[in-house]
Amino acid sequence: MTEHSRITAVDLDLYYGTFRALRSISLDILEHRVTALIGPSGCGKSSFLRCLNRMNDLVPTARVVGKVLLDGLDIYDSSIDVVLLRKRIGMVFQRPNPFPMSIYDNVAYGPRIHGERRKTVLDEVVESSLRGAALWDEVKDRLGKSALGLSGGQQQRLCIARSLAVKPELLLMDEPASALDPISTAKVEDLIRELRETYTIVIVTHNMQQAARISDYTAFFLSGEVVEYGPTGSMFTNPKDQRTEDYITGRFG
Amino acid sequence: MSRARLMDRVATMVLWLAGLVIITLLAAFLIRILGPGLPVLSWKFLTTKPYSVTAGGGIGPELFNTFYITGLSLLFSLPIGIGAGVYMAEYAKPGRATNLIRLSVEALASVPSIVLGLFGMILFVNALGWSFSILGGALTLALLNLPVLVRNTEEAMRAVPGTYREGSLALGATRWQTVSKAVFPTALPSVLTGVTLVAGRAIGETAILIYTAGVTVSRRFPDFRPFSAGETLATRIWYVKSEALVPDADAIAAGTGALLLILVLIFNLGLTLPIYWYQRRRMGK
Repeated sequence: MTEHSRITAVDLDLYYGTFRALRSISLDILEHRVTALIGPSGCGKSSFLRCLNRMNDLVPTARVVGKVLLDGLDIYDSSIDVVLLRKRIGMVFQRPNPFPMSIYDNVAYGPRIHGERRKTVLDEVVESSLRGAALWDEVKDRLGKSALGLSGGQQQRLCIARSLAVKPELLLMDEPASALDPISTAKVEDLIRELRETYTIVIVTHNMQQAARISDYTAFFLSGEVVEYGPTGSMFTNPKDQRTEDYITGRFG
Repeated sequence: MSRARLMDRVATMVLWLAGLVIITLLAAFLIRILGPGLPVLSWKFLTTKPYSVTAGGGIGPELFNTFYITGLSLLFSLPIGIGAGVYMAEYAKPGRATNLIRLSVEALASVPSIVLGLFGMILFVNALGWSFSILGGALTLALLNLPVLVRNTEEAMRAVPGTYREGSLALGATRWQTVSKAVFPTALPSVLTGVTLVAGRAIGETAILIYTAGVTVSRRFPDFRPFSAGETLATRIWYVKSEALVPDADAIAAGTGALLLILVLIFNLGLTLPIYWYQRRRMGK
């Protein structure tokens, strides 16, 4: 089975003011695979993730040089509609951030802002997204209650459901389980494995065991560069670069 | 007992006492005003026109004017004040222009109300030739309340965590959608608290209205023309105690004062309770 590339970074530099946070990153993210970005704190993995859906546009001092190609088109080209881009590329954050509204309204938020008004359609999208996030059974009787009443793990799965509701092609996850307890983490990891069938997933994690468990490909970031990138299995058992081996075996980071 | 424990006990007592003093003052105040004032309030009092020389006049037109002027001034000040507050919090880029706006707002906020009243008189009563009018009073009141609304709304918006904005934008929302559907509804309770404050001030403001809306009422009742003179409950109290010839001035003042107090209390409760319930529902208790 051939693997297609979904989104590709080409010689990507990221500056925060004069600080060069990312150095000539060239990375090919493959379709229907889980790609993990690992590395010590401050290495640029989250910054890189945020370049993929142009969330760094929100940072006033951020400047991008280079390209990120989605279907052959550079997403940083001035003709690109950022709003539509973010519909195609969803993001789940480190700390769950459900809106202070009902569970239903949280999941329906995305479709509503993109123009969907029909109740039947919204009902259906809410249910399928919550099922897709393995949360439906736990909340189906209290869709009208505030999302802030859910536990941390449930809130994070709600945020995943919320992202799924706009039917993205890619899902970016920035340490999605780091704020959760072990049981919720396990549920989220199971979910990610299932989601791979339908979506392309890029996940930043500081937990190497997690990367080894759930990802197909792993990229090791260090000081703004990609030191090594390859299939997860071989990278963990047989790293090519000494720095990768040092990090994986815990000699630093 | 150790020194630290003693201080702890003393501090607790002092603070508790402070609370007690406040409650006592409030109780004394309420008794002093509502005591003589409540008996005066009758249906006749609330609906008759004021008399200039004889006893037995009422405050019907003044009651009407109070609602009219307050409502009109809110109509002007809310959109501009809240809009400017949202702009300052979400759209304004840090820089000289924004600093200038902020400085102007702060400066306007510190102008004494009587000076604003004089300004209103110079502009609306004299220069524009409106003479004493409800509209002039409402516009000057709007000037009084604008800075508070801008400042309050901006703070309320800034208090909303940035994570909500990020979450919304990451779903493909535009900035306006994010502001109107995620950020503003979250800030709404605080914004409404500011509105309650501002409306309360408008209901009770005197100095400004003496010089812009005047101390007389129209002959017709009710009179909806915005250019007619508009004495309100608050200015009536002032007028009746300082210039009036009627023999029952004290009773009228007491009754009007009691009514004003009751109005403000009802208004506050009427807004605060729904805000509280709305907040509880959104936050999931």
